Amino acid sequence: MADKPKVAFYWCASCGGCEEAVVDLAEGILDVIAAVDIVFWPVALDFKVRDVKELPDESITVSFINGAVRLSEQEEMARLLRRKSKFVIAFGSCSHMGGVPGLANLWDRASIFAWYYHDAPSVAPGNVREPREHVRVPEGTLELPAFWDTVKTLDQVIDVDYYLPGCPPTPKLLADAVGVLLRGDLPPKGSVLAGTRALCHECPLNESKPEKLLLKDIRRVHLTKVDPEKCLLAQGLLCLGPVTRGGCEALCVKGNMPCTGCFGPTDEVRDQGAKGIAYVSSILDFDEEADIERALANVPDPVGTFYRYSLPRAYLMRTRKVMPHA
Amino acid sequence: MTNEEARIGVYVCDCGFNIAGVVNVPQVVGYARGLKGVVICREYKYMCSSPGQESIQKDIQDLNLNRVVVASCSPHLHEATFRRAAEQAGMNPFLVHMVNIREHVSWVTKDKKEATEKAKSLIAAGVARVVRHSPLERRQVPVRSDVLIIGGGIAGIQAALTAADAGRHVYLVEREPSIGGHMAKFDKTFPTLDCAACILTPKMTAVKNHPDITLLSYSEVVAVDGYVGNFKVKVKRKPRYVDETKCVGCFECIEECVYKTAKFPSEFELGLGMRKPIYIPFPQAIPLVAVIDPETCIEFKTRQCKKTCVAACGDRGAIDFNQKEATVDLEVGAIIVSTGFHVFDAARMTNYGYGVLPGVYHALEVERLAASNGPTGGEIVLRDGRKPAAVGIVHCVGSRDEHYNPYCSKVCCMYSLKLAHLVKERTGAEVYNFYIDMRTPGKGYEEFYHRLLAENLHLVRGKVAEVTRIAEAAKEEGKLVIVAEDTLLGGIRRVPVDMVILSVAMEPQPDREEVRRMLNMSCSSEGFFLEKHPKLAPVSTMSDGIFIAGACQGPKDIPETVAQAGAAAAEAIALTSKGFITLEPNLAYIEEQLCSGCQVCIPLCPYDAIELDREKMVARISDVLCKGCGVCVAACPSGAAAQRMFEDDQIMLELAGVLSR
Amino acid sequence: MMQTEEFQPRIVAFVCNWCTYIAADAAGVARARYSPNVRLIRTMCSGRVDPQFVLGAFEKGADGVLLCGCHPRDCHYSVGNYKALRRYKLLKKMLSQMGFEDDRFRLEWISASEAEKFRKVVEDMTERVRRLGPFKPNGSSTPNGGK
Repeated sequence: MADKPKVAFYWCASCGGCEEAVVDLAEGILDVIAAVDIVFWPVALDFKVRDVKELPDESITVSFINGAVRLSEQEEMARLLRRKSKFVIAFGSCSHMGGVPGLANLWDRASIFAWYYHDAPSVAPGNVREPREHVRVPEGTLELPAFWDTVKTLDQVIDVDYYLPGCPPTPKLLADAVGVLLRGDLPPKGSVLAGTRALCHECPLNESKPEKLLLKDIRRVHLTKVDPEKCLLAQGLLCLGPVTRGGCEALCVKGNMPCTGCFGPTDEVRDQGAKGIAYVSSILDFDEEADIERALANVPDPVGTFYRYSLPRAYLMRTRKVMPHA
Repeated sequence: MTNEEARIGVYVCDCGFNIAGVVNVPQVVGYARGLKGVVICREYKYMCSSPGQESIQKDIQDLNLNRVVVASCSPHLHEATFRRAAEQAGMNPFLVHMVNIREHVSWVTKDKKEATEKAKSLIAAGVARVVRHSPLERRQVPVRSDVLIIGGGIAGIQAALTAADAGRHVYLVEREPSIGGHMAKFDKTFPTLDCAACILTPKMTAVKNHPDITLLSYSEVVAVDGYVGNFKVKVKRKPRYVDETKCVGCFECIEECVYKTAKFPSEFELGLGMRKPIYIPFPQAIPLVAVIDPETCIEFKTRQCKKTCVAACGDRGAIDFNQKEATVDLEVGAIIVSTGFHVFDAARMTNYGYGVLPGVYHALEVERLAASNGPTGGEIVLRDGRKPAAVGIVHCVGSRDEHYNPYCSKVCCMYSLKLAHLVKERTGAEVYNFYIDMRTPGKGYEEFYHRLLAENLHLVRGKVAEVTRIAEAAKEEGKLVIVAEDTLLGGIRRVPVDMVILSVAMEPQPDREEVRRMLNMSCSSEGFFLEKHPKLAPVSTMSDGIFIAGACQGPKDIPETVAQAGAAAAEAIALTSKGFITLEPNLAYIEEQLCSGCQVCIPLCPYDAIELDREKMVARISDVLCKGCGVCVAACPSGAAAQRMFEDDQIMLELAGVLSR
Repeated sequence: MMQTEEFQPRIVAFVCNWCTYIAADAAGVARARYSPNVRLIRTMCSGRVDPQFVLGAFEKGADGVLLCGCHPRDCHYSVGNYKALRRYKLLKKMLSQMGFEDDRFRLEWISASEAEKFRKVVEDMTERVRRLGPFKPNGSSTPNGGK
């Protein structure tokens, strides 16, 4: 037992889908369990923080941490696991790039609290209470984690060795990653353990692109009857496949849904949203300002479209001015 | 090279006082010495001079430099100079980067401290960027030796003859039925008073007879594609309705036209003379081939003409009413643009009465009146045939006037003096020249002015306010009165004359915008084609392989035009003589192992240089077709496309550098 | 003399090699004086300007970004400036959602002959960005707003 590699799982700001991905290994998980010794997995196993604290430093072979970092507690746990682990893998889009929770960087703590604890129609009048870091109760003072102004990626808080991208990562990529780590043939530090090229290269619809990929209009998927045989981008749907790392085997596209970019950009691209804007606008086949603007009316939420998973990792990771809640 | 540690030499030029007078160069040098990778930083008075270049070369060799940054003037001026210097010292020329601290700093910044800080930030950017430069090879592309010349005035004619004499095959395209341009309309030329036709027509004939010149008259260039050395040109040949290969210019068809008299205004004679529907613009026209105007020809209007012209032509059968517009495709290595000028429309200055008062002419019209082959056989007479007893010549019409053109048209003083001479010679009239300043710089020009002074010319220094026929005194009855302030006498003068000659400005051609766009040139603010550099590259343009000559570049006289045409021809000859040219290596390329084959780049390329390799499903850029704009690189969503000399990391480092202070 | 306490914005201008860079050179030749706040980065064509450069400039401390190219129909590469325009439009829309003031990012067509326009644009942009104050990339929008 003692000579089996130790593995930890932890979740920060995320939806829990990444935990599902682990379970999605299905019977494959039995092989994993046979090969490793899981020392920490709050969602599934009853270990406590103190169990981790008691482990010697770097005694965990690998920690898989999913979720973005928004709370002080998440930072603490990330630091603890970093100290205790040889390798830390940012697991899933949120820890990799901020993920959907990262879109909260369009607001700040004050405006988020104002909405969720005061102004939202679902808040019962008179029952207004904001979470505070210290709450006095008859039994003493309770401490809650601090809620930061900005959502961060895992590597903005701790040193990260590898990234497993995806919302969530596919079981295959997880199994491959575990295999690589167990075998010890390690890729260079900082590698993203998925494809190296953009998704189009593995997309079954790539062959169906027209000779000149130019768009006369941008269409929204819920209003479009999708032709499953034809490149979705060529149909005017904002498929982010060209600006998204491959490795998922085009799961969404195979389900008639355009790629939304959860694997992040390729190694050569720093800012996925900027490059998404670059290629989509470039193939918009208009030269007159008014025509361009008309076509762009169907992109009502550029940040949510092009930075759906990557806002905290972008050059400009947060809003300049807080917008009123919709 | 990327693994090697950068050893950078930074060279800051004083440019005499041009830079050092504003930028604190010693301080900049001290700053640059502290930048990462900088091994040496020197200041020198003129970096571009031989000692300046030699100091760089010596450092490259002695200090084993592998990067050079020169902070001086615009790279458009001296990038080639410093690259060459580095190359001679054994360094790849593309490891040199220029920082512009003259045009972009010392010349535009008032505050010395601010200028110094700006210079530092730009140098920091250059140093940061140059580290990521890699050695590059210039590519060679074959160059076609043929030359296209657009515009068959004296500039185009001269350039054509020069280039053809050097063994180039020249295509000379002229939109009028004959070459000759404005010069063919002149009687005599200043300051020698030799007859224009005598000096021009031999050259026109030489064009016609030259085995290496293909003259495409009555034709227009409609499209230019390709690039330096390899231009693809489409020329539209307008139908003459007379077969150029059959017509011998015997004039018989014109004689025999059903119109017995010429009754349609002649374009060549500016409406002062008449022509028939079938005509030859002037007797010395080249090519000497008739042309039919379908607007006035009865056959075209009714299809029922007796076609006496066809009968007159007889067996030659040159007349062809069914001739259609045709397109000719040419492939040439260089293009010379000599599209000339446009005569200022004198009617725009309503106070001078042109177009309203019959006695008011513009200068080119009087050139035709004075010309022996003109509508009056060289008699300078009024529209009613009278000889004028007094003639006023108004200088600067449309020139040096903020309402029209602020610039000086350069030739008007001289041609006004010439016309004064001709008027006196032909009519004996009293001649009054109204001028603002008399501008006669040029070889023999001031002497010509003095010669005219001896001919009892009346010179009135003052801008003419108006030309009127409203008489205020008996001696003004029936006359045109020129009202002007005589700034030497200090009073208003009213000078009654019979004829007024307006010395109109030279303006850019009205279709300059289309021509400019077609050839990818720029215009200066007044609309003349912009040279690459006013002093050092006066006949080149920003488009490699396209040269300019004559008045399309700015007002100029015949000697200057001819000289410039020769220069343009020499540039075209130089360009096309080696058989190949070297092009900048700033090409886009695809990192194949990164390309996803998404095909976003393919439709963006203006030159269709990108194609999809269907087997590997990756894009591929053709080195031959790529011109290095980088549009595909900016769009590439996976970062697989890149551009040499403008790599993403180079630009990002430059960015960090300019923002470092 | 400028007041010392006056905010000196830093503005990056991406200019194309064929039009606006030449206009800037011409402004130099004409000794047109303008404020030193704008720093030029030359690319061959405005169509080379990757939106990443624009955002990267802001991240690296630019208070404003100016993007300049040849006028429509005048591009040296015939259509590169249209690509710049398309990207500008979408980028601008995104930036406005991110709370950017309109004046911080600007597109101008400046031909080789328009030295005076270049000077005016630089002066105007500098003044507008100066009025907006410094751009703090990724800074918290609330005072003492935590991490």
